[in-house]
Amino acid sequence: MKQTVDVIVIGAGIVGAACAYYAARAGLTVAVVDRAGPVAGTTGAGEGNLLVSDKSPGPELDLALLSTGLWRDLAAQLPQGIEYEAKGGVVVAADETQWAALRSAAARQAAAGVTTREVPAQRLRDLEPHLAPGLAGAVHYPQDAQVQPALAASRLLHAAIGSGAVLHPGEPVTQVVVTPRGRIDGVRTPRRELRSPAVVNAAGPWSARIAELAGTTLPVMPRRGFVLVTEPLPRVVRHKVYAAAYLADVTSDSAALHTSPVIEGTPAGPVLIGSSRERTGFDRSLSTAALRRMALDATALFPVLAEVSVLRAYHGFRPYLPDHLPAIGPDPRVPGLHHACGHEGAGIGLAPGTGLLLAQALRGEEPAVDLAPFRPDRFPTPSPPA
Amino acid sequence: MPTSPAEPPAAPYDVAVVGAGPAGLAAAATAADAGLTVALVDDGPRPGGQYYRHPAPGLGARRPQALHHGWPAFVGLLGRLRAHRAGGRVRHLTERQVWTVQEAHDHPGRWTLHTAPTVPPQAAPRPGEPTTGEAPHETVRAHRLVLATGTYERQLPFPGWTLPGVVGAGGAQAMVKSGLVLPGRSVVVAGSGPLLLAVAATLSAAGARVPRVLEAGGYLSYAHRPGPLLRNPGKIAEGARHAAALARRRVRLSTRTAVVRAHGTDRVTGVTVARLDEDWRPVPGTEQHLPCDALAVGHGLVPQLELALELGCQTRTAPDGTPAVMVDAALRTSVAGVWAAGETTGVGGAPLALREGELAAREIAAAARGASAAGWTTAGLRARVARLRAFADLMAEVHRPGPGWTGWLREDTEICRCEEVDAAAVRAAADTYGATDTRTVKLLTRAGMGWCQGRMCGPAVSCLAAGSGRAPVSADRRPLARPVPLARLARLPEPAPPRPDEHT
Repeated sequence: MKQTVDVIVIGAGIVGAACAYYAARAGLTVAVVDRAGPVAGTTGAGEGNLLVSDKSPGPELDLALLSTGLWRDLAAQLPQGIEYEAKGGVVVAADETQWAALRSAAARQAAAGVTTREVPAQRLRDLEPHLAPGLAGAVHYPQDAQVQPALAASRLLHAAIGSGAVLHPGEPVTQVVVTPRGRIDGVRTPRRELRSPAVVNAAGPWSARIAELAGTTLPVMPRRGFVLVTEPLPRVVRHKVYAAAYLADVTSDSAALHTSPVIEGTPAGPVLIGSSRERTGFDRSLSTAALRRMALDATALFPVLAEVSVLRAYHGFRPYLPDHLPAIGPDPRVPGLHHACGHEGAGIGLAPGTGLLLAQALRGEEPAVDLAPFRPDRFPTPSPPA
Repeated sequence: MPTSPAEPPAAPYDVAVVGAGPAGLAAAATAADAGLTVALVDDGPRPGGQYYRHPAPGLGARRPQALHHGWPAFVGLLGRLRAHRAGGRVRHLTERQVWTVQEAHDHPGRWTLHTAPTVPPQAAPRPGEPTTGEAPHETVRAHRLVLATGTYERQLPFPGWTLPGVVGAGGAQAMVKSGLVLPGRSVVVAGSGPLLLAVAATLSAAGARVPRVLEAGGYLSYAHRPGPLLRNPGKIAEGARHAAALARRRVRLSTRTAVVRAHGTDRVTGVTVARLDEDWRPVPGTEQHLPCDALAVGHGLVPQLELALELGCQTRTAPDGTPAVMVDAALRTSVAGVWAAGETTGVGGAPLALREGELAAREIAAAARGASAAGWTTAGLRARVARLRAFADLMAEVHRPGPGWTGWLREDTEICRCEEVDAAAVRAAADTYGATDTRTVKLLTRAGMGWCQGRMCGPAVSCLAAGSGRAPVSADRRPLARPVPLARLARLPEPAPPRPDEHT
């Protein structure tokens, strides 16, 4: 069976859903293909962070600010709930050194358009009553927000389908079809052949494989993270609270295990506890080392959580690129191939901006944010094996 | 090589057995008989598991055996266990749950069991600092592992199933056996599986009126496969004993019949029952009202496989649609050093579980000593286990829910009680978003995210997502087999630094 569409999106996670949504609303015919179902990969394992607080001035912050506004619109427009909460983030400094570094980082962010509020030590408990004593201070970021990622992705997908997009779940892409002159011509799955002049690679941590199928390279690697989910509690954590140490971990290049506390309550009651990051390939085994460090981190920040039970632990694989920036836009090496992947731990937050920029690129419009820093061909081509 | 009990407690045990029901007890006692050191870990306060439940000593029950068949076998096992505990060969850790098992990186083939005390879910969290240093028995190390982790009951929802007075069939039996409490005075027993007859017999022996036993399957189906029945005369006798006991008390058994609705406001006051066609679809016009003040309902048992799945043991779908750990004739799983026994390998009842526990331990003893030195053969035991397993598989097939049971659901019937998710929401997730597996349904609806972690709703969600009441119960991986307090996680031992000769 052959069908022709304007664009094929590979991946039904949050980024693929956002690409499909904005492309379909721009009038393009869209097919979404996923080897499993919606949100089967990284999106289903995410916390739903919509953060500006963890980003330094630069292209990623520009994308985050664009996305923050789009999420607010989406929360109002999508017919069913996505558990959007404009709860704000609180970054806490453990000591005077961290506090000084945090304040100067916040000042630079403020200059780039981020709303920041310094919270001195003695006022911390007004903001978060259960924080441990002895912290040096914090910065409150009211723009930080949260969604339930699986709901958000599925509602976006549903809205895209309402605008004419077609979803093909359970169909792995087995071939990216390229014309003899090197242009994208479509994809094959075990069940169908889809023809299209444009293919969007939104396969998250599996994006390197799709790039390879299209005859090029993109060095996306999985970076594993665990999330702990507690029993439902009354609201003991009001904001998204994380330690200033997180900022250093996010941009670390080390393969070893890093943890830093990211703690938040949810509308349904459970408290979510992150974060760990380690490069272990697609290893799905439980890491007691990660659990131990996360539990120590979390109870140091919120001692009240010590006797609370963790009901579940789950892991996900962040799609990670060496310079910690995503790849967004057309790939000049394979005309018609587009990428929307490599968002690492920020994919939920950056999805709508990514989807909008990609739809603009597909229609040949001027993108709302300069795509140059996100060029997919910015990495050196690996030399062929000798 | 068996280690002497005089070694310091930090030395790994020869065998760790998870679960102290029939299979686990038999495995622990047999392994200790063979001279091995054994750690037996169980979440209950007393040995016996779900099957040999017995009243707490304080209740002063004089004849707990009156509610049990096979009590002498249990008493025999307890005696051996007691002797081995006194002799230092068996350490029985009670009221502890194993929340994860890991293979040591530095000692392949050595298992570390991480345990936490059994905490009742309703225990209120209280503030406190995590203390440093592990409490005794928080980790147990062993060279070999036997998983005898038992089952939970399969529930298929129906309108009204959340009313007080509606209890699990196995739960009703447990109430009587351990607390000598009846769920009601007039108890309808319904669902499917051989457990129903035993539950009805237990309830009526304890003084309840059982107006009707409703079996959704058809016992006549056994007759289509006479082989396994003829080779297991004990099973015919067991069935006949229950049937005779029920006949004596004038309990009526209806097959191909189900409770399709429970009535009541504060508590169940009656049920609507209906005939089922071959596919378990309720037949219109056959509805009947039965007054009662309790309903004991269950659709067989589902093996608890969290630890096995997290260890990576391969599973099969048993003929009743439940997942079971795959084992070879020696009860070895696909993971070297891990054996499974009892319901973990597929639901089959206590007599099979006892023999599997014994067989696993004897195979381990032979492996520990080198088979040639064992001097005893397991061939006869293997044959008995295989025969009983054949019967279990026949039974499992007869009682597998039919594709049409979802026909008795209404759109507003609650499927996940913990998170209050109804059938319409689960169906919408499947139809609208292509959520055809329990994980995606969970992410989109929260079904299965609550305290029971999907044990209650999982089988039903599998069916609704797949669009067939016959869909197999999915074997979802759950990295934490049981809830664990954060403070417990914080007390985990610091991992040893990698050895310098290791390439990481």
